Amino acid sequence: MAEQCAVIGIGQTKHQESRRDLSIPGLVRDAALRALQDADMTWKDVDSIVIGTAPDMFEGVMMPELWLSDALGAAGKPILRVHTAGSVGGSTAVVASHLVQGGVHEKVLTLAFEKQSESNAMWALSPAIPFQPQLVAGAGGYFAPLIRSYIRRSDAHPDTGCMVAVKDRQHGLLNPNAHLHLDQTLDQVKASPMLWDPIRYSETCPSSDGAVAMVLVSERHAKRVKNPAWVKGTSVRTERTFFAGRDQVNPAAGKQCAKDVYDEAGIINPLKDIDCAEVYVPFSWFEPMWLENLGFAEEGEGWRMTMEGKTKLGGEMPWNMSGGVMCTNPIGASGMLRFAEAARQVRGTAERHQVDGARVALGHAYGGGSQFFAMWIVSSER
Amino acid sequence: MREVAIVSFSQLPSVKEIEAADEPELVQSVTSVALKQVGLTQDDIGFTCSGSTDYLPGRPFSFVAAVDGLKAWPPIRESHVEMDGAFALYEAWVRLLHGDIDTALVFSFGKSSLAPVPDVLNLQNDPYYVQPLGLDAISAAALQAQAMIDAGKATERDFAEVAARSRKNAISNPNSHLKGEFSIDDMLAEPSISSPLRKSFCSPLSDSAAAVVLAAGDTARKLVERPAWIRGIDHRTEPHGLGQRDLTTSPSTKLAAEKAGVGNAKVDVAELHASFAHQELILREAMGLGDDVRVNPSGGALSSNSPMTAGLIRFGEAAIRVLHGDADRAVAHAANGVCLQHNLVAVLEAE
Repeated sequence: MAEQCAVIGIGQTKHQESRRDLSIPGLVRDAALRALQDADMTWKDVDSIVIGTAPDMFEGVMMPELWLSDALGAAGKPILRVHTAGSVGGSTAVVASHLVQGGVHEKVLTLAFEKQSESNAMWALSPAIPFQPQLVAGAGGYFAPLIRSYIRRSDAHPDTGCMVAVKDRQHGLLNPNAHLHLDQTLDQVKASPMLWDPIRYSETCPSSDGAVAMVLVSERHAKRVKNPAWVKGTSVRTERTFFAGRDQVNPAAGKQCAKDVYDEAGIINPLKDIDCAEVYVPFSWFEPMWLENLGFAEEGEGWRMTMEGKTKLGGEMPWNMSGGVMCTNPIGASGMLRFAEAARQVRGTAERHQVDGARVALGHAYGGGSQFFAMWIVSSER
Repeated sequence: MREVAIVSFSQLPSVKEIEAADEPELVQSVTSVALKQVGLTQDDIGFTCSGSTDYLPGRPFSFVAAVDGLKAWPPIRESHVEMDGAFALYEAWVRLLHGDIDTALVFSFGKSSLAPVPDVLNLQNDPYYVQPLGLDAISAAALQAQAMIDAGKATERDFAEVAARSRKNAISNPNSHLKGEFSIDDMLAEPSISSPLRKSFCSPLSDSAAAVVLAAGDTARKLVERPAWIRGIDHRTEPHGLGQRDLTTSPSTKLAAEKAGVGNAKVDVAELHASFAHQELILREAMGLGDDVRVNPSGGALSSNSPMTAGLIRFGEAAIRVLHGDADRAVAHAANGVCLQHNLVAVLEAE
C-alpha cells in the first residue's frame, strides 16, 4: 500500500421519514457540504468522488450520479458509482479509501444517500425473479427464518430482540440526526404488533430519507485537522445467494471479512482490542447474531452480551452508539453511516453518544441475503 | 505505482437476443472462458468486480443474481458498480494497486432485449425537468449530431463514412452483431429516425457479456507473453444538463486522455465507445487521434452495443491487439451517460 488514509471530514443530514424540504441533489449536497466544512475544505479541494446508493429504482433515476454531478461539483472530476446492495455505503467508503491508499487521489469525497420517501422500499425489496418462487414480502420476510433458526440454535432468551430495540432507541435519543427518537420500554416493544414472527414492528428499522458524506485524504493532508481517523483495515467479501453449503445465520463471508480487517489492523481479540462498533442491525435480532459472526462472542453466546447490557453505551462493548439502523435507515446510506460513526468515535466528535476514550472502532455493513459484507477498522492512532 | 495489465478477455457474441439464458448463465459462460484462457480458476482470483444496471431487467438488485454465476465459495472479495463494466475494471485496477493481491476478474452483462433501451435511458435525465419530456437516447444524440452540423464540424456524409467503416471492420470480428459492406449513398438515402440521425448512424441493440482478467507485475508476465499494461487510466465527468455543455466537444474525454497520457507517444489502435457515428468524431478530436490511428478495428459499438458491456468490450478489444502483437500501444475508451457525459480513457502498452 502506497499511502495511509485518514478520515478528516464527516457530515450527514438530519434523517427523517420524508425530507420534503430537500430534493435529491439538495440532500446529497447538504451532507457533502457538512463533510467539507468539517474537513476545512471547499469543493475545489476535492480530487475525486465516490458515491453509493442502493437500487436506483427507489428514486426512479437511472444512475443518479450522472444527474447529481452538478450538485456535487463533479464537473472535470472522476465520479464512481458503487452498488453492492445493503452493504453499499460501506463498500463505497472502502473504494474511496483504496483510491487514497493506492496513491491515485489524495483528497476523495465519498458519500451515500437514499430518499426512500420517493418509493416503497418494502415492495422494492420483494423482487419477483423469473423462474424463481417469490418467497418474501419485504426484507423481514427473508430474514425472519434466519432469526428463528438463530433462536433455536442458541436457545436465546426470547426478549433479546426487544432488548436491542430498547437499547438502540435509547442511543438514538442522544443523536440529533437520528430519524426515530423513541423513548420505549421493554413492555412497549414487546406489545408492538408481530410482523414476521419473531420480528415485531418495534424490532424493525424505519424507512428514512438521508445522506452521509466523508472526506478521505492521504497523510500529507490529514494535518488539516487535529483529530483524523486513520483507516487501519478494510475488506469486502461476498458469497453466493443459492448454495446449499451456506450458513445464512452465521455467514462465512461475514467471518472472513472480519478476519481480513482484524488481520490488517493487528486486532487479535476484538472484545479487547476494539473500543466500540457500529454494526448494520436492521432487525434487532441481528445484534446477537453479528456479535457471534464478528467474533465478539462465542457461537451461541451473543444474546447473553445483549441481555447483560454489555452493548449499551457505558457497557463493556458499546454497539450502535448512534442508535444504528434501528433508528435511521436510508438504505443506500446506512452502511456509510456505520462507517462514519466509527470514525466519529475515534475522532472524539460523537458528542452525546461518544464512548469515552474510544481509540479503535469497527464500522460494518451487510446486504443481499446476508451475503455481501463490507467493514473497516479506524483508529485515532496512525 | 504498481504495474497492472490486462491478460485475458472473453466476450459472448453480440446478438439481437440471447434467449434462454439468465444473468448467472451469461456470467458463468463468459468468466469461465476468460479464466481458462490464462489457466486460472476463481480460487486464484484476488478481487472480482462487475458492472451492470437494474434498469435493463427491470428489477432492483439484479446484479445479486450474477454472483451465482461465479464460484463465490469460499467467500470472495467482490464489488459492483452500477456503470459500464469498464468502470468495474477501473475499480479493480485501483484494488490491485494495494499490493496484497495480484489478480482480478472483471465482468459485465447487458441484455438490451429485455427493455426498450432508448426509452429506458430517458430515466438517466433530470427527473424534474427533463424526464417528463420523454427525451429518449436517440433524440438526445440527434441534438448532439445536429449541433455538430450547425457548428460546421461534420456533415451527414462524415457520419455515414464512420458507420460504413465500422461495419466493414466488423466483418472480420466473429463476435460482432451488425456487419457488412454498406454504401454511403444508400445510408444517406435512408429516412431520418430523429433528424439528422438515420438508422445506420446508430448502434444496434445487442445482448452480450464480457470478462477481463487483470494481473499485476510478474504474475502478468507469467500468465501471458505480451501483457497489455495499463500505463495510464483516468475518467472525468461533465455537467449533466445538455444545455450546460458544448455537445460538439468532449472536455471530459480530453482531460481523461491527457491524464492517461494518450498523447505521449504514437497510438496504433483506438477502441472508442461511440454509440452513434458522430460521437466517434467528437472522441477522436478530444483525444487528438490522427488519421494514422486505426479506430475501432473491431467494428466498435456501432456494430455491437450491449449496454453496460460495450465499454468493457472496447477495453478487451484494445487489449487483444496488444496481447496478440498487432499493436504496441492502444487506447481504450468507455462512455457513460447521455451524450458522452462521463468518459474513461486508458492507454494499454506492450512491455
